[in-house]
Amino acid sequence: MDIGGRTLNVLLAGIGGQGVLTASQLLTEAAVQGGHDVKKSEVHGMAQRGGVVTSHVRIGRKVYSPIISSGEVDLLVAFEEAEALRWRPEVRPGGTLIVNCLRVAPPIVNLGHFKYPDDPLESLRSFNGSLLPVEASALAIQAGSPRLAGTILVGAAAAVLPLSVEHWEAAIRTRFATREVTDQNLKAFHQGREYAISLNVTRKEGS
Amino acid sequence: MTRHHGMTAPATTGRVLMSGNEAVARGAWEAGVTVASSYPGTPATEILEAFARYPDVYAEWAPNEKVAFEVAMGASLAGTRSLVSMKHVGLNVAADPLMTGSYIGVRGGFLIAVSDDVGMGSSQNAQDTRYFARFAKVPLFEPSDSQEAKAFVGEALRLSEEMDTPVIMRLTTRISHVKGLVALGERPAPPFLGFSKDPAKYVILPAHARKKHPKVLQRMTDLAQMANASPLNAIEWGDREIGIIASGPAYVYAREAFPDASFLKLGFSFPLAGGLIREFASGVKCLYIVEELEGLVEADVLAMGIPVHSVGRLPRTGELTPQRVRAALDGAGPPIAETPPPPPDLDMLPFPRPPTLCAGCPHMGVFYTLGKMKDLIIAGDIGCYTLGVGSPWNATHTCVCMGASLGNALGMEKAYRMASKEQKVVALIGDSTFLHSGMTGLLDIVYNGGNVTVFILDNRAVGMTGGQDHPGTGVTLQEEKSKAVDFVALCKALGVEHVQLVDPYRLPDVYKAVKEALAHRGPSVIVTNRPCVLIEEFHRTQPYEVLDALCNGCGACLKTGCPAIQVIRREVVRLPNGRDKELSYVTIDPTGCNGCDLCVQTCGPKAIVPVGASAPPPGSVEPQN
Ligand SMILES: Cc1ncc(C[n+]2csc(CCOP(=O)(O)OP(=O)(O)O)c2C)c(N)n1
Ligand code: SF4
Ligand code: SF4
Repeated sequence: MDIGGRTLNVLLAGIGGQGVLTASQLLTEAAVQGGHDVKKSEVHGMAQRGGVVTSHVRIGRKVYSPIISSGEVDLLVAFEEAEALRWRPEVRPGGTLIVNCLRVAPPIVNLGHFKYPDDPLESLRSFNGSLLPVEASALAIQAGSPRLAGTILVGAAAAVLPLSVEHWEAAIRTRFATREVTDQNLKAFHQGREYAISLNVTRKEGS
Repeated sequence: MTRHHGMTAPATTGRVLMSGNEAVARGAWEAGVTVASSYPGTPATEILEAFARYPDVYAEWAPNEKVAFEVAMGASLAGTRSLVSMKHVGLNVAADPLMTGSYIGVRGGFLIAVSDDVGMGSSQNAQDTRYFARFAKVPLFEPSDSQEAKAFVGEALRLSEEMDTPVIMRLTTRISHVKGLVALGERPAPPFLGFSKDPAKYVILPAHARKKHPKVLQRMTDLAQMANASPLNAIEWGDREIGIIASGPAYVYAREAFPDASFLKLGFSFPLAGGLIREFASGVKCLYIVEELEGLVEADVLAMGIPVHSVGRLPRTGELTPQRVRAALDGAGPPIAETPPPPPDLDMLPFPRPPTLCAGCPHMGVFYTLGKMKDLIIAGDIGCYTLGVGSPWNATHTCVCMGASLGNALGMEKAYRMASKEQKVVALIGDSTFLHSGMTGLLDIVYNGGNVTVFILDNRAVGMTGGQDHPGTGVTLQEEKSKAVDFVALCKALGVEHVQLVDPYRLPDVYKAVKEALAHRGPSVIVTNRPCVLIEEFHRTQPYEVLDALCNGCGACLKTGCPAIQVIRREVVRLPNGRDKELSYVTIDPTGCNGCDLCVQTCGPKAIVPVGASAPPPGSVEPQN
């Protein structure tokens, strides 16, 4: 992926309370550190109570619209498997899909009104682009806090996006208040990044 | 006491990322605003939250938008610059002082920042605030991004003082909640004039109002002249085949959809810059007007006798996107290379994920109880508790606007009574909503002898908008200690004789309280007493887990609606009566569970136990306040 003259479109999607907005803040800040123009749109209010939360981040020379047009997402970072299914149609052919291997059924599914898909990751395999499943939630729990999952996903995104590690690190330092939390997040970031690099999908050029 | 999470201290210099709401706050601070008031509401809430963090300012949550408006107006009349902010529907509540405030004018600059929830992400309607500027005859500013939001505040306050008028700034979700880069400036010493006793200006007797009316009309004419010359309204010549008039976020969508077209960007968008519009229209071949929601500029330009090629094409519901703009204008003028396919509806795929209550939300116990009483009519209100309408509770049957539950309940009860029918009616209202506009409804129930049971769900927070303080919490926006409303005493003072205080985590207590209240003839009130899980006052207790060996799959705990309870497997069994029954075996997400103990009380086989305990607990947890 290259920014160059065009605008890079990143969609982050998850569930209220999962840290989607914190993750998109890190991405936005890293882009600013890299000297790019950037716009980031957020969802506040009602959806934050366990509903679907998305954040559009657009990076380029001069960004006008804060919303990504449908089907023009370059990179989708999905914090949950069913949300990856929901938002996949927004990704352009040849785009990249990072998915947290986590399934969260809402009460309406638990109550039996709707069915959770049997294997979302399997149905994503037909996706025309790079698919990158990341065990972010499991890794985060190992690292001591489920809240780190977002930063691990950000790390995975960093392996794909044309922003330098130093800018990502600066973004993480700006975002978190205490030394301890910053260090935890830096570690989580590198863990996610190295994991993605090990899967060998780095900087893959789309069609 | 810091109750708002995830906010960072304001930066001082350079270019920083700011949401439109933060930028309005910054602009107000830099322009010398010293008094600001608001009532929370998505998407406007963060304006005052951000403003309150600057030095040398007074910022407050008012009980409702009308009071907030009057406070900010009072500060203006005292000769200081002031700000009131609210969501679009807030201006309905504040419409009374707005309409007359327009006649009275200002002393210090007075800005009304209103954010429209165009896509109804968190609102009950999508009204277009630009109508209010026309209705009240006050100027309207519409920024297109954070940088403009900041800059326009200063311009608006200057115009307010020069033209003796309040100014409305219309934001939308995609301004308020979009972050972009903003260049910071300094704050000069704020101006202060003091009040000047001038009854002809400040006391709006009919005689004074009649003199003011023509002046308001003249002000409109003068403002329209100023709009023509304003640097906020600018022509950007490009390809003259297509010329687009746009304002606010519609401008950035149109700009991206038609990068080569000519643009007339309206930042000071009402009264309309008629001269500039004529000049622009005569310089282009096809004129498009791109507006989000209503076609107001379109109607005005058509009324000027100027042909508009986009008439009737733009969608009048929902947010625009560059793609929607292109699709709408395909065929209106020169052909568009590729017409995008309509975007798929992703809400239902693979299943909808509507908002839920938080795990351990104190409202659950009330819904659980009321949901089982099928013969009740439950008039609901606006807040997190509106979610009681959904599964598994189905315990809310109406919702109109803030405070409506009480009047609605009284009207229903009277209607049944007039038809000689007995019907139990319950009103459900949150603490903040009750203080916003519920007290007068309760007064009506008392005054006119309504046989209504009112639940005041006191969770010590404006939960829906993120857990803000209000007059019932005893803490102000600037985090000072204050008086907290005593809801029981308040209801008694309003004349309710049957008032009970109940712990919503204790299902037997809630049930007993409801039964007693319903049996009482006349008004009755039940006040709950557990905090919203978002605020500091809430103390998370030990999470619970399900002992798989004991869980019999009855699914009773799922009826609490707690999102931390997850079904791990389903089984269909044949009952002795020959019918099939689906069993749902559950687990509890240990990171989600807040330990409220509610589901424990619904579990027959006592399979739900504190994490780590192998045997059922001796009793349920003690209340913690
Ligand atoms: C006139 C108006 N102002 C603001 C709002 C936004 N809003 C929706 S519900 C709500 C208050 C919710 O607080 P509360 O009644 O305490 O219930 P909770 O969400 O805490 O359960 C607010 C401010 C609105 N819908 N209408
Ligand atoms: S924010 Fe508070 S009131 Fe709203 S659902 Fe969560 S706990 Fe309940
Ligand atoms: S105790 Fe039960 S109802 Fe309460 S938060 Fe935990 S799982 Fe939900």
